[in-house]
Parts: sequence; C-alpha cells; structure tokens
Amino acid sequence: MSLKANAKAVLEVKDLQTYFKTDAGIVKAVDGVSFTIHEGETLGIVGESGSGKSVTNLSIMRLIPSPPGRIVGGQILFEGEDILKMSESEMRDIRGDKISMIFQDPMTSLNPFLKISTQMVETIRLHNPKMGKKEALERSIEMLKLVGIPSPEKRINSYPHQFSGGMRQRVMIGQALSCDAQVLLADEPTTALDVTIQAQILELIAKINSEMGTAVILVTHDLGVVAGMCDKVCVMYAGRIVETALTDDLYARPSHPYTEGLIKSVPRMDTANKDKRLFSIEGQPPNVIDLPPCCPFHPRCHEAMEVCEHAYPPQKDLGNHHEVACWLFCDEEAKRQALQDATQQEKA
Amino acid sequence: MDTTTIKPLLEIRDLKQHFPIKTGSLFNRKVGAIRAVDGISFDIYPGETLGIVGESGCGKSTTVRSIAQLYKPTSGSVVFNEIDMVKADTRSMLKARQDMQLIFQDPYASLDPRMTVRSIIAEPMVIYNNRKLLPKPMTSNEMELRVEDLMERVGLNKVFKNRYPHEFSGGQRQRIGIARALALNPKIILADEPVSALDVSIQAQILNLLGDLQKEFGLTYLFIAHDLAVIQHISTRIAVMYLGKIVEVSESAQLYDTPKHPYTVALLSAAPIPDPKIERERKRIILTGDVPSPDTERVGCYFYDRCPKKMPWCSCHIPPMFDITDKHQVACWLYNKEDVSKISLKDALSDAAKHTTEEKPKGIEK
Repeated sequence: MSLKANAKAVLEVKDLQTYFKTDAGIVKAVDGVSFTIHEGETLGIVGESGSGKSVTNLSIMRLIPSPPGRIVGGQILFEGEDILKMSESEMRDIRGDKISMIFQDPMTSLNPFLKISTQMVETIRLHNPKMGKKEALERSIEMLKLVGIPSPEKRINSYPHQFSGGMRQRVMIGQALSCDAQVLLADEPTTALDVTIQAQILELIAKINSEMGTAVILVTHDLGVVAGMCDKVCVMYAGRIVETALTDDLYARPSHPYTEGLIKSVPRMDTANKDKRLFSIEGQPPNVIDLPPCCPFHPRCHEAMEVCEHAYPPQKDLGNHHEVACWLFCDEEAKRQALQDATQQEKA
Repeated sequence: MDTTTIKPLLEIRDLKQHFPIKTGSLFNRKVGAIRAVDGISFDIYPGETLGIVGESGCGKSTTVRSIAQLYKPTSGSVVFNEIDMVKADTRSMLKARQDMQLIFQDPYASLDPRMTVRSIIAEPMVIYNNRKLLPKPMTSNEMELRVEDLMERVGLNKVFKNRYPHEFSGGQRQRIGIARALALNPKIILADEPVSALDVSIQAQILNLLGDLQKEFGLTYLFIAHDLAVIQHISTRIAVMYLGKIVEVSESAQLYDTPKHPYTVALLSAAPIPDPKIERERKRIILTGDVPSPDTERVGCYFYDRCPKKMPWCSCHIPPMFDITDKHQVACWLYNKEDVSKISLKDALSDAAKHTTEEKPKGIEK
C-alpha cells in the first residue's frame, strides 16, 4: 500500500470553508480544509465528534442544509471542474453517479416503505434514463451479488426491515456503487455495526477499492479501522486538518500533539498494558462557535507555547507527504514574527 | 487470584431471562420467547473486574439488568450478600441491592433533564433514607457534603452542583452517572457499556477514572463492552457471550494470547488494531452471516450456524463448559476429552435422541 506514482487526482478539495449560522454565532464547522485523492486511493479522515468530518463529506456532495449552512469559500475540483460552481442539475448528474456516498446509519438511510428492488432500480434509472426497468433490475441483482447478499434474486423483493444491519449496509454500498462511481464517500460506514460484521463490510470496501479502482474517502473515529484500510490519513480537529500523512508514517511518527495523544489514548489488545493508566488528553473539545484565531488545541496541549495562544500555526511539510499544522515544527524566527503580528493586531 | 479460598462476591447460577412474544389483543396468547439470556453461570470475586464482551443482541445488557433485578429473571439464582436476590422478598432484595449499583451506557438518556446534578447524585441516598434501609440515617446536611465529596472524587467541580445535565458534555455527564453510582458506597458496580458513547480522548479519561476509583474504594466491577480492546484493558477476567450463552471465560491476557472458542478467535481477529504494520499482516477470520434470532429453542451449539469448525456432533448437542486450565473454560466440543469430530450426523442424532429424556446432554456415553 503506497501512493500510486502516476495516479490521476480525482478529487481535490482546496481551502474548503463551511459555516453554519446559528443564534449563538457562526459555527465554523469546516474551516480551511484541503486534500487530494487519487484514483484507487483510500483516504481516511479521522477526528472526534464535532471535528467537521461529516460536514466535509456533505460539502463534497453539496448536501449541506442551507440555511443554516453555507459553503463560504474554497474549491472542490472533481476531474478539474469546480463542483461548487455547478448548477443544481449539473450537480445531480455527479451526485450518486460519479461521487457516491454511504451513510453511517443503515437503519435510517433506506426508505422503509419501498422494496429494495424499487429503491435500487430508482437509483440506476435516474442516472441512466435509457435503461429499461428489466435491465435495471438485473443490474440491481448483480450489485447485490457483488456485495455478498445470499440469493439476491429472492432477497431483492424484501423490505429493509427484513434485513439485518450488516445486510442493509451492504444494500447501501450496492446502491452507491450501482452507477460505477469514481469516488465513494463512506461516512462512518461501520460505526453502527458489530466487529464481525464490520470486518465483512470493510473487506467489501477494500475489495471494491482494489478491483474497481474506486477512490474511497473513509470517515471514521476508529484508529484501528484507519490502520487497516487507508493509504493516507487526515486528522481533523475543530474544523481543520491538523496532520496529513501516509498511514504508516502517521502511526510511526505522529507529529501533532493531538494525533499523538489520540493514538496513545486508545487501549490496545496486542500490547498488555495492565495496571498502566491510559494516556488521556485532558479537557473537552472546543466549542467551534467564534473560535479565536489561535491553535484550537492549545488549552489541551501538553506542549503549548505562548505563540499557540495567539496565532494559528502554518502548515509545515515534514517530507514524504507528511504535513502538520503545529508551532513545534516552526523555527524561532517564524514564531517571534507571528507573535509580534498577533499582539499588534490585538492592540489595533 | 486464589479462587479456592476467597468467597465469591456474586454467584450467578443458570440465570435465564426469557421475554415472552405475545399475540392477539384479548387473550395475549404467548407464542414464543426471546431467549435473551439462556442459562449462564459465573462468579465474581471481590476486587476483580469481570468483563463481558459480545456483539449486540447477545444478552450482555440483559444479563446486567437481570442481576440487578430490574427484570425479574425467568429462572436461576443470583446470590449476593448471602441472599438469593431472585427469590428474596422485596425489602431484603432492596437492602442487598444497596451494595450493587449501575452505570449506564447513554449519558444523555440516563440522567433526568429536569433534575439538578445535586439531586441526581443525592437521589439514591434520599430513596434509601426514606425507606429506612440505610445502616445509619442521613441528614440532608450530610447528604450535601457527600454530594460535594463525590463530585470531587469523580473530577467535577462542586460549584456546578446546581446545574442541569444539559449544561455538561458527554464525558462530564458520565462522571455524574458514576458519582450517582458511588453514592451508597457499593461493593460492586455493574457498568453497562459506560464508554461506548464517548469520544476516544474522553473514553481514556473515564477508563482511568474507573481504575482509580477501584483502587481507592476497593470496588468490584462487572464491566460490559463490545470493544475488545477496552475490555482487555480494564478486566482481570473476561467472559465472551454469544446468543445468550457464555462461550468462553478466561483471564484477560490468556484470552488474547490463546483464544479457544472459534467465536472468540473470529471476534479477536476481526477487531482492528491501531497499527498499520500489524493490520496488514494479520489474518482475518471473516464469519459469514449474521447472529441468528434468539427466539427458538436450540438443541445444538448456539454458534453452529456460523462456526468455521462445525462438526455433525455440534448440531444436536449443546456443549458444556470444558476446563482448559482452572481459570480458562470454554463451551466447545472441540475441547472435549474424546474426539467427536469423526462421529457422523446419523450417530450424533441418535445419541441426541437418547438424551432427550434427560435434562441436559452431559458428554459422550461410554
């Protein structure tokens, strides 16, 4: 698993900003997120609840409820075209067809009143209006077979409640892939499932990724899932990406204090650390309403410096696609300069 | 721990919890039962942490609720504080239950939104005081001091005692729940997935807190979780549940190093480890299918449908617990003293038929 050298970039997110207007103030759910995903690659986005992982995904699909939400800045380039500038009808051709999404909760994301067949045929025919009903049904059965549903010819006439959670998630994946999507956004696809079923679903996503060359963005809070699945990982905190690296690199050399804390605070089965306390990041994640222009992690950081309280750290490249946004990796000159600018600004 | 000399704190024998399935509006005819917990037995010794792990629907939470008598168990016995809580009258059951408290999974649903933190934490004391079940009656001033003390023990600032639950984050709410559980100075705490609703960084804080409290008060825990790594971290012994049955009990390090039951092996191999190098080289045993519905009475091994190592014998004989060592038991015919793998389905069935008149198949007839 390494980055393919000449793979084409399918999706580029540049400085994405998605804000929500609430009575309490502006929630900067996603504030300047950038990443690129290449063909056949799996990108993991890790973070705790409220860090903006799901909003990033929904922004790519342009499914942000508006109002209150709005994508206020940035670009999302799909095959070189900015999908934020597209009209709603152009977007509809891409959504579900070229970029597909699997949602977290398989219990609520299928329509309980419609048969699986109806829901799957609808998706396929919406994107291929020329395809006949019979043909679409055959394609649906084929997709169900692909995702490993036993006797799909019979099961396709069932209703969602007749399926278990894992099977519903398979149906969702089958539906998402029925139009040969180039990018698959998986938003916590296994969080609602048990470990044995999770292993089945993850294996399925990995198979699709390698056999069909679909680029996958896997949003999760589980560092174990990321370790097994992803080529590259972005760690998000309070609406920003604090660290991006190749998976091996990230686990071997976590550079941002948050990433380091996150990896250390997960108990592990394979290393017996009996009677040892877990490393824990003290405090709570910040409220993202009206965040001051400083590093949002500094109140919880064990290596916080003066500059962290006054200015947001720049993105620093550590080589080998490893980028981190932390003042620890900046030289003294830059820190002094930033501190000076910040105090001047605060005075003014 | 020397299990021969120390008396267990809690003894559970053949506990069953069946929920009737009813139909019809007038007569409520019983047409079957969900066998949520189907005959489990185990002991918990003072000072240890017994972890119960299993997938959703395997009966972990029901076990906890049956032990705490929140559901009336269908049969079996729960011996705690020298009384059988299933058969005891309400008052002595309540008296015994004082030493047994619960922490629930969802910190959003388990705290009354209309009560202040003070009244939530003081509620157990108020109830037991009103019923005159406390060893020594408490005045409201004593309760106030106790609430403040508890809040500090669990890492909450006592100035927040007049606030309402919605003003706290998930991790802080779980701390309130823990303080409430400690209010009556219990001997054992039954924790039903106390960290699964929390974020990773908060989860570590709560696990550390539970560990500290155990050392400080000499608590015993029955800890339930579906996350194997969490269970392994906190438990001294682990019981693995599947479909209302315990399939394996072992000390926690042993369970990870030498899992015996095919289900435990699959479960451990499916749990992701946060290390990319290990993840890539690991071999996963992917179980096919889903957990079957617990509404039918089973004649064979409960794991038979999904077992990668099933034998004809397993289809019609329920495995008893076999000893691997004195601290490691497993319910799987693979570990029977005599090899049953060669027995054909026909012979197995006729053997099972011989046993139908007996209560339980005990092993192979000589």
